[in-house]
Amino acid sequence: MLTAESNAGKIGLMIAAILLFAAVVGLMLFIATLVRGRRTDRWTAYIYLLPTLLLLAVGLVYPGLRTIWESFFNAAGDAFIGLDNYKTIFTDGDQLTVLRNTVFWVLVTPFVATGVGLLYAILVDKSRFESAAKALIFLPMAISFVGASIIWKFVYEYRPDQGNVKQIGLLNQVLVWLGGSPQQWLVTSPLNTFLLIVIMIWIQAGFAMTVLSAAIKAIPDDIVEAARLDGVTPWGMFRFVTLPAIRPAVVVVLTTIAIGTLKVFDIVRTATGGQFNTSVIANEFYSQSFRSDNQGLGAALATLLFILVIPIVVYNIRQLRNSEAL
Amino acid sequence: MTTSAPPATPLPVPVGESTASFAKRKLTSPWASLAAVVIAILWTLPTFGLLVSSFRPERAIKTTGWWTFFSNPTLTMDNYKAVLDADEGAGLGAYFVNSLVITIPSVLIPLTLATIAAYAFAWIKFPGRNILFLVIFALQIVPLQVTLIPLLTLYVDAGLANTFWTIWLSHSIFGLPLAIYLLHNFMREIPSSLLEAARVDGAGHVAIFFRVLLPLLRPALAAFGIFQFLWVWNDLLVALTFAGGGDKVAPITVALANLSGTRGTAWHLLSAGAFVSILVPVTIFLLLQRYFVRGLLAGGVKG
Repeated sequence: MLTAESNAGKIGLMIAAILLFAAVVGLMLFIATLVRGRRTDRWTAYIYLLPTLLLLAVGLVYPGLRTIWESFFNAAGDAFIGLDNYKTIFTDGDQLTVLRNTVFWVLVTPFVATGVGLLYAILVDKSRFESAAKALIFLPMAISFVGASIIWKFVYEYRPDQGNVKQIGLLNQVLVWLGGSPQQWLVTSPLNTFLLIVIMIWIQAGFAMTVLSAAIKAIPDDIVEAARLDGVTPWGMFRFVTLPAIRPAVVVVLTTIAIGTLKVFDIVRTATGGQFNTSVIANEFYSQSFRSDNQGLGAALATLLFILVIPIVVYNIRQLRNSEAL
Repeated sequence: MTTSAPPATPLPVPVGESTASFAKRKLTSPWASLAAVVIAILWTLPTFGLLVSSFRPERAIKTTGWWTFFSNPTLTMDNYKAVLDADEGAGLGAYFVNSLVITIPSVLIPLTLATIAAYAFAWIKFPGRNILFLVIFALQIVPLQVTLIPLLTLYVDAGLANTFWTIWLSHSIFGLPLAIYLLHNFMREIPSSLLEAARVDGAGHVAIFFRVLLPLLRPALAAFGIFQFLWVWNDLLVALTFAGGGDKVAPITVALANLSGTRGTAWHLLSAGAFVSILVPVTIFLLLQRYFVRGLLAGGVKG
């Protein structure tokens, strides 16, 4: 009942699971209707929330706290070592490279992706091909990080520079056409980290464009009109009208991409496996936890990820509050 | 930004023109168009190159660039046959089925539970409502990485390791906070008079939900449904942690990532495999794009 081998068996298992789930939900709703008395509503709410709260407590709250606790233990998880894992992260040479790369990712990705998204949103706004043009930039969002990494690895593909060997990667071919010699792009550090960042930018620009385009279209016409009558230049229009009006959206986009970038590990794993000095915290967490069997260090890296997310979220919320207060 | 000096007098702008189009029009149009075309090409060409390659014979892929296809076009479906076939290729077929089996319940379960929870938060008054909602809202920021090892330990202890059940459970749990937040936001915008009217008529919660709310909620449900679908279908981390290797449970992303790691130069398999995995999410995405956009604008972002 728990596993299935054949394709038909798997689909049967899936249908059985869905039916089981439906029965549980039905039972829950039925029990809620049995509640009678003065505090009916209260008990109905608790019954409705019970499965959700149970799942979140067991699946998010408990494991989260457990991981933070385990980050103070050694590799095998059987001896308390205080802050030593964190000391390793901030002093060990390899780990410092990981931190440096993570800083590159989190600083570069949000700003470039948002910049490209904003520029493109402005360029195609109200053009004849707007929706088709947007779909082109938008589509990478539907592609998995794994798929995107394979697409870009093919762009970066390298063939040795000898005799009649032809390049099959677009980037090297362009370089050859321009008279250069092909490079092993993904091997050269720190350039390779930036080439991996390109993949994330490629995926996130569509998100930035969508949100910012909607924000631009929401700017009231009378503001634009007034600025125009004042004779502002195009740059002035952008700088003093568009940008202030969409500032809250820009902050949301920047912070959202920053958080997503902090947690992404699929790109590094698929493109280089973290070799050639390309690892980031999210990938290093996986390597330490599952490959090197260093539970403690893995837990510390996960906790660090959590800690790094918090200031970004706080900044985001404060900015939203400020913009609502105006 | 401009190539010419700004004019001394403001140009007339048609009524209803946005700041963006105003700025764009004055950014000396040819350059603006060129920039847009360059970005569009940069964003499309990598995918296009791999797509073309996936239909070229193995030998051609390995010896010449995909751009030579246009001077010497040869088409074949062999790469797709090879990558799907279990005996001689990567056997992606079984992984593709796994992806479907993983994704469908992983969308339905959190969608249902979150709808019920969001209903309670939006329309029932009970002690602790605000604090509980705040906690769930805050849980959105917990990185999955923090939860994986203890969850894995729990699953192993329960004897569920490497089954679909652990993946369904995990994705459902990870999807709940965002789903509740999104659906709650939508539900709060429904006028309470509608619900009051139904209540006066003697309808219970379940009746109110199915008769009054469900039709209005369809866009919100669709929005979260697409998010969760894309998220689960494209996920690698959760699957790597809980599904184990082999084609019993692991989804197509795991198979592709492994293929990329072990046979990184087998571009005839990688290109076809990538497009087998991309086909489903891109189709869903294009069909339901407007719900996706609506969800994005309502704050539906997850990581």
